[in-house]
Amino acid sequence: MRQMFSSRQLFIYVAIFVVAVALTAVAAALLVNISQRRLEAEQYPLKVVEIPKGELDPAVWGKNFPHQYDRFIKTKEDYGQTPYGGSTPYNKLERYPVLKRLWAGNPFSVDYNEERGHYYAQIDQRETKRVQVVKQPGACLNCHAAEAPQLIAELGWETLNKTPYDELKARAHLGTSCADCHDPETMELVITRPAFRNAMEQRGIDLSKASRQEMRTYVCAQCHVEYYFLGENKILTFPWSHGLTINDIEQHYDDYGFKDWTHQETGAPMIKIQHPEFELWSTGIHARSGVACADCHMPFMRVGGVKISDHWVRSPLVNLSQACQTCHRWPEEELRTRVAIIQDTTARLLRRSEEALVAAIDAIVAARAAGATDEELSEALNLHRAAQMRWDFILSENSTGFHSPQEAARVLAESIDLARQAELKAQQVIAGSERDLLTTR
Amino acid sequence: MSASFKVNVSFGMLSLLVAVLGILVGLGAYTFVYARGFSYFSDDPKACLNCHVMRDAFDGWRHSSHRSVATCNDCHTPHTFPGKWLVKGINGWNHSVAFTTGDFPDPIRIREFNARIAQQNCVECHEVLVSQIHRSGPHQELSCVFCHGNVGHGR
Repeated sequence: MRQMFSSRQLFIYVAIFVVAVALTAVAAALLVNISQRRLEAEQYPLKVVEIPKGELDPAVWGKNFPHQYDRFIKTKEDYGQTPYGGSTPYNKLERYPVLKRLWAGNPFSVDYNEERGHYYAQIDQRETKRVQVVKQPGACLNCHAAEAPQLIAELGWETLNKTPYDELKARAHLGTSCADCHDPETMELVITRPAFRNAMEQRGIDLSKASRQEMRTYVCAQCHVEYYFLGENKILTFPWSHGLTINDIEQHYDDYGFKDWTHQETGAPMIKIQHPEFELWSTGIHARSGVACADCHMPFMRVGGVKISDHWVRSPLVNLSQACQTCHRWPEEELRTRVAIIQDTTARLLRRSEEALVAAIDAIVAARAAGATDEELSEALNLHRAAQMRWDFILSENSTGFHSPQEAARVLAESIDLARQAELKAQQVIAGSERDLLTTR
Repeated sequence: MSASFKVNVSFGMLSLLVAVLGILVGLGAYTFVYARGFSYFSDDPKACLNCHVMRDAFDGWRHSSHRSVATCNDCHTPHTFPGKWLVKGINGWNHSVAFTTGDFPDPIRIREFNARIAQQNCVECHEVLVSQIHRSGPHQELSCVFCHGNVGHGR
């Protein structure tokens, strides 16, 4: 056999062969990778339909996201009562009759039920007596209608807020919807409600820099917050210029000289607090640990081979294993007991606070009967306002203290103290006017 | 190319030099073998156990849900050839320095660099499971072990 190559040639051929093998391997790996990525893009989200721009109906979105929709539509179901909450719309005014007196002159003294699920966000708002006894502004629709962003785009922010609710309610058909929190193109979490955006801007927080974990709280904080209607145009506003504690919120209202209503019995300029879940949560240990609303109220769950966020937003107490046990490896009964300890303690403090507030109201009423003037009672009235807004901050917050146990106890301690101070001041006014009567004789 | 130069070294000097070199190599080799140096080129969790500070992690792992599907390296080193050996090298050096000098926190806390590797490995194995809940853009990623802190070897 004759030699075909010199050894030098052989070396070159071998080198070319090796390089070709390597390049082919790289090209093949790249090809496989690209096809894999393409497949992933096709698999998720599985676009059965193109969601039209401005589509609000969860059923349409549900065609592309069947698992999430199946869970969301469960917010229609009544899963029953928890010790202090749940989804059964029981009458809270019957359960706690003292509320009627504490809210005397405010629509909440007429109608106040436990909330139902997200599905009913528009229905329950439309049906509450609170929109019948008082002419409410369109501002309510910010959170009680999925149509709000479209109405704002069409009418303008101010017009939506100031137009009477009754004139706009024909335009509202859907409560909570996918588009409230999700970008229909990318499904990323988005802020769609101006009031939250404005309030965060005022606090100097740049929402465009928010992490996904923060957004898993912020989308909820668009609505689950304390609010008021600012000025003649009834602009929906969150009172956060000083911060998120009730003391900060009080400062904001005092700066602005605001009152929600005048108390029917005492004549005090009152603040009605409404569902400040985000504010109370933000002072708690879960917030400090970086736990978002969705972690407990929409925990990840397995459906077949994938995990999804459970869109059946509900009390973690009826979902302890998913909501708590991932992080807290204790038996369900133990976890339930821990929650009960916190909530029972808070509830006892709430009742104590109510007793003190009733005593304050009685004393102020007695002072008025004895002929005391607004001027003489001004200190007592301001104390009544301060005491009751603190109590209301914890009462109207839908966790019975669980979101921030120590803060709840601190706030109620202040409430009890201030209510007793109000009572004392009113009694001193009575004593003083009696003394005056004696000396003028 | 090759410059030749003469060095005047006596035979005795040269012998001494060779002997010293031999002692160095011998002692080094013995230390390497004594320290089970070759084990670090394996995937055997017992290699990590050479440092007894890893005892708790090892014991935890043996009772964990991952004991039969993943070893230390599966979670704590990248799944690519160069990545794996680079990280083994970096951590090997850092761990050697820390354990030798005793300068490390107790309880041991994972550092950002290694936490990211572990997180990436969670996602690589559980890609299908988390396909609908995981995003890996800036500010988008949620940490798996934030909630599932006990899957590997307890916190």
